[in-house]
Amino acid sequence: MIWYIGRRLLQMIPVFLGATLLVYGMTFLTGGNPIDTLAGDKPISPAVRTQLEAQFNLDRPFIVQWLLYLKGVLTFDFGVGFNGRPIIDQIAAAFPATAKLAIIAVVVETIFGVAAGVLAGLRKGTVIDTTLLMLSLLVIAVPTFVIGFVVQFFLGVRLDLITINVGRDPSWINLLPPGIVLGAVSFAYVLRLTRTSVAETMTADHVRTATAKGLSRGGVVSKHILRNSLIPVVTFIGADLGMLMGGAIVTENIFNIPGIGTLLFDSIRDNEAPMVVTLVTLLVIVFLVSNLIVDLLYAALDPRIRYAK
Amino acid sequence: MRSDTRPALRPRAEHWVAPLEETPLREVDAADSSTTPRSLWAEAWHNLRRNPVFLISAVLILFVLFVAAFPQLFTDQDPRYGNLAQARQDPSAEHPFGTTVQGYDILSRTVWGARTSVTIGFLAMIGTTLIGMVMGSLAGYLGGWVDEVISRITDIFFALPLVLGAIVIATRLGSMTMPIVVLVICLFGWTNIARIMRGAVLSTKTQDYVMASTALGASSTTNLLRHVIPNAIAPVIVTATVNLGVFIVAEATLSFLGVGLPSTSVSWGGDISAARSALRTQPMMLFYPSMALAITVLSFIMLGDAVRDALDPKARKR
Repeated sequence: MIWYIGRRLLQMIPVFLGATLLVYGMTFLTGGNPIDTLAGDKPISPAVRTQLEAQFNLDRPFIVQWLLYLKGVLTFDFGVGFNGRPIIDQIAAAFPATAKLAIIAVVVETIFGVAAGVLAGLRKGTVIDTTLLMLSLLVIAVPTFVIGFVVQFFLGVRLDLITINVGRDPSWINLLPPGIVLGAVSFAYVLRLTRTSVAETMTADHVRTATAKGLSRGGVVSKHILRNSLIPVVTFIGADLGMLMGGAIVTENIFNIPGIGTLLFDSIRDNEAPMVVTLVTLLVIVFLVSNLIVDLLYAALDPRIRYAK
Repeated sequence: MRSDTRPALRPRAEHWVAPLEETPLREVDAADSSTTPRSLWAEAWHNLRRNPVFLISAVLILFVLFVAAFPQLFTDQDPRYGNLAQARQDPSAEHPFGTTVQGYDILSRTVWGARTSVTIGFLAMIGTTLIGMVMGSLAGYLGGWVDEVISRITDIFFALPLVLGAIVIATRLGSMTMPIVVLVICLFGWTNIARIMRGAVLSTKTQDYVMASTALGASSTTNLLRHVIPNAIAPVIVTATVNLGVFIVAEATLSFLGVGLPSTSVSWGGDISAARSALRTQPMMLFYPSMALAITVLSFIMLGDAVRDALDPKARKR
């Protein structure tokens, strides 16, 4: 087990390096001078320009910039953003909102997705199953931002039940609607995965044995069906943590939440490469760590899985 | 009723087994030899034709493709002709779906938008499937360090959300065109196909028929192309079908974020995001393109589901 974790941690290194290099390359090599973006409409003197380029290492070759950046990351020095504030401070300010949003989304998709999926899987072919399945298809087919618009318009503008513009330092209550919108698509996927998995496990021999030996329905479902059906669901939720960040760009845009998604979108627009790369690095780390945790959870859920060499 | 009525155990048998003469082979045990056995695909097609989900989604997809191919049959209005004097009109004989805040005819925008979305969806699906299949089959079939390298590359692209990569490229290039949108989606969308293909190839390459082919002297290229890929392709086709719907949504999301096709082009995504500011005054602007997009995506997901059920041997046992 220790070996397995060690090997997985080693595998994370090339992925981490590759992802930062890819994003660094895309932000730099595809043109556009970030100093021009920073200057805006105001003319900028050559001396100031040279000084700024030196400050942000823009006068060095791209690969050197990347290496210098990596050195900074390893010493926990993420540098200063173009607006003069340390990058780490800006991220720390934006992080709580997105973290809350992601927690709401994951909790909603897990609890409701698994519950609805079990319900549908146990009653496969019935009205409940068909209704839930159609609901999940509808949620997947309608883009997240349309769901966002509609929720915002009907619950916010028409009925005045929710806050339309969430704004800075959001409370949990205000974040609930955008969080649910963010988790909606994943909810549908979790529902479908759980449903298929439960329906398949239900026909397994050990379930029949458990029923035959007189275990109650609830006991069979909770101890024998659910636990064995959860593996694909856990995999999905783990990988989904990374995907949620992509969704957060959209959701934060609709509900005007100054979180990581907004920060990322703004800094990409402003050519602010160090900020973009730091955010992407953070995102990749979250993604890799959640995937590692998922793999370790496998062992807890399924004793058959052994990590042989 | 103890053991006196029971025949003696056969030698070395741990269980009592009825003698053959007591339960002879009956008709139900006979294999049907009158017809040739159907291949996986013939069997799948046989099942698909009887599946209402498949029929509904196939009809819907054919309809959307028809609209995308011949939009002029469904509307005589120009989707690019904005008449501000006729802005925000309710449905009428001339404008069956009403007009937008810019005075565009909503029906013609929705009809012509099908072409953009469907083209992007199809091209992106073909591109990602090709990249994913090549990467996945090389990783799975060759194994070793090739697998290690390709798997790590896949991880890198898998960790970066499509939307993020697209925003980076779009802001750099300034304006997007259809080929660039397709390329961006291809670049960041191939990973799930590659992973599925790798898994399928890994399980297929150890099958007996592949070993038999090797024993008969087939080269590894022949083996891969003739035996491994055709037998590993089923899950890829299912995912590719669902992906098509996902890519249509992705294109719309890019338009929403302002990094998709320029506003001069007619696409569902662009129209949906343009509808945001007019939600109070002309909700139909949001409704029709969203509806068209949702129905298209829905039919591809349903098609994928139906094909999966038809190809899954477990589900196929009637």
